[in-house]
Amino acid sequence: MLIRISDDALARALGADALAEEFAKLGHEVHRVSSWGMHWLEPMVEIDGQGFGPATLDDVGAILDGASAKSIGKIAEHPFIARQQRLTFARAGKTRPTSIEDYEATGGWSGLRRARTIGPEAVIAEVLQSGLRGRGGAGFPAGIKWQTVAAARGPKKYIVCNADEGDSATFADRKVMEGDPFQLIEGMAIAGLAVGADQGYIYVRSEYPDAIRKLNLALMHCADIIAPFKCEVRVGAGAYVCGEETALLNSLEGKRGEVRAKPPLPALEGLFGKPTVVNNVLTLAAIPHILEEGGASHYDSHGINRSKGTMPIQLAGNIKHGGLFEVAFGITLRELVYDIGGGTESGRPVKAVQVGGPLGAYLHPDQFDIEFDYEAYAAVDALIGHAGLTVFDDTADMGGMARFAMEFCAAESCGKCTPCRIGAVRGVEIIDRIRSGGRVRDTLELAPQMHNAPKDAGRGPLEEIALLTDLCDTMKFGSLCALGGFTPYPVMSALKHWPEDFVGNAVVPEAAE
Amino acid sequence: MTDKAATIGAIIAAHHHREGPLLPVLHDVQAAFGCVDVEAEALIARGLNLSRADVHGVVSFYHDYTPTADPRPVVQICRAESCKARGVEQLMDGARAAAGARVKLHTVYCLGLCSSGPAARVGDTLHARLDADGLTKVIENA
Repeated sequence: MLIRISDDALARALGADALAEEFAKLGHEVHRVSSWGMHWLEPMVEIDGQGFGPATLDDVGAILDGASAKSIGKIAEHPFIARQQRLTFARAGKTRPTSIEDYEATGGWSGLRRARTIGPEAVIAEVLQSGLRGRGGAGFPAGIKWQTVAAARGPKKYIVCNADEGDSATFADRKVMEGDPFQLIEGMAIAGLAVGADQGYIYVRSEYPDAIRKLNLALMHCADIIAPFKCEVRVGAGAYVCGEETALLNSLEGKRGEVRAKPPLPALEGLFGKPTVVNNVLTLAAIPHILEEGGASHYDSHGINRSKGTMPIQLAGNIKHGGLFEVAFGITLRELVYDIGGGTESGRPVKAVQVGGPLGAYLHPDQFDIEFDYEAYAAVDALIGHAGLTVFDDTADMGGMARFAMEFCAAESCGKCTPCRIGAVRGVEIIDRIRSGGRVRDTLELAPQMHNAPKDAGRGPLEEIALLTDLCDTMKFGSLCALGGFTPYPVMSALKHWPEDFVGNAVVPEAAE
Repeated sequence: MTDKAATIGAIIAAHHHREGPLLPVLHDVQAAFGCVDVEAEALIARGLNLSRADVHGVVSFYHDYTPTADPRPVVQICRAESCKARGVEQLMDGARAAAGARVKLHTVYCLGLCSSGPAARVGDTLHARLDADGLTKVIENA
């Protein structure tokens, strides 16, 4: 019997390897395929399209007899899968990640072949037509970036794939690299052809050993196919800030991962000062589909307003049915969290959802009807980011989470700009003071010699909140990159919606807006 | 030439042809010796024609490089938002007790298993859906 079990890092973390070994020991052929993305069912066993999960070694016998209580029926018809519109993740669950035969048999390389036929200008025109925007968070139109690099003069250009997926609640990049590495490489080769670059780098975080191994294997298999384009995997060194594109470029060059001021744009002066396309994994992985015959208009037919195509949304945190859900823009959080995600895993009411990773705003259940769209989120001071959703139940302490956002920023700041480096430390202190009831004047301030120091009772929580608001403004508008610039989003949204988690039963401050 | 100098020399030779070879070199040195110490920094600086300050600046910037080797096994525990939402903080006291002085606990922010936390990593082996007992077992077996 042919047994299919995922070799995704998550499935392996939950015992998929032992399960696969057991089936093999019983004489069955086991294919290690990519993951379907239904994480609550991992490790999942697939036989003739039927799924069983979460499977343990004790379930093996019953699964083989077809009598297991873990059966979920036909996987493709499972509501979690059937409701999706999978373009980037079309192969998820269906192919062996590093098998070039599987990739070819499922339409692989057709985008690259067609790109070679139609030429660079037409490729860029199709990427523009598709409406694809950078999936890393900023949402900048990919076609315009490519156009800029293509128009830049210079003998050497680079394609850099940002695979430094450090945001909590995000794992879509990891799933592309582990589940469909050839698709990413094909996307990079097409980008190289479009802008005239012959060298690519994939900068992967060191926390993803499986992705690194599979990418290297895949690159070895397909070197001849993508030639003259060459591509190499580079491993990060545990710095979150290297997910910022200019810090990433410095890191690739072998420097401290400090953010560069823009301009110059990386598109004109990027890696080693050469014109460089820096795109996120999901952006590049969407390219092969777009370059297929009619792919651009098909992609453009999904989504709403200026948010075109599909977004691989990652359902994480305290959610019953967590996993990867690729769907056209326009879906609401209510559908995602309740209909698809099944509410919290703990069974308690949902208190907040953080969208877009550690730098994304906390959304209150009152905001769950906002459509998933870059501009609609921006309008309520939130961001889509990399489309990771972290669900919290009512036991969450939002004041504590706001403090953690500042603490995280302080720990991961590259130190280049003052608002982020110092502001984050001060932010933690102010939040601590808000939560402990304010600050009294110290002995020195009260000394008669200190003529200019106020001699009042000190700052109460409300004054401290005003100070925090002011600090957040400074960080938002004064930081060089999104780390310092976006840390105010989780802090201010938590303060706005759950002030009671900061000041207890004290008067809810209006000034916190 | 000492063994260390020879090893580092071989590592530099293996990466010398690459563009921006410093990080790949540092990764290999860290893996070979469990740290990148002052002596290694000087050897790398000479090998790559950089100043020692340049190399030290890079080594001290990244979390993955350490100035001294720690013989203890390391258990990385994710304490980012998603794992917090799934209760990792409630497991930390037990984890510290289980680790004692024998195991080094290292906080990381995100192992990419955010739908199924709390998560931990030992070497290249990942663990997910950990409860107090599960995490204790991971630490004891580290």
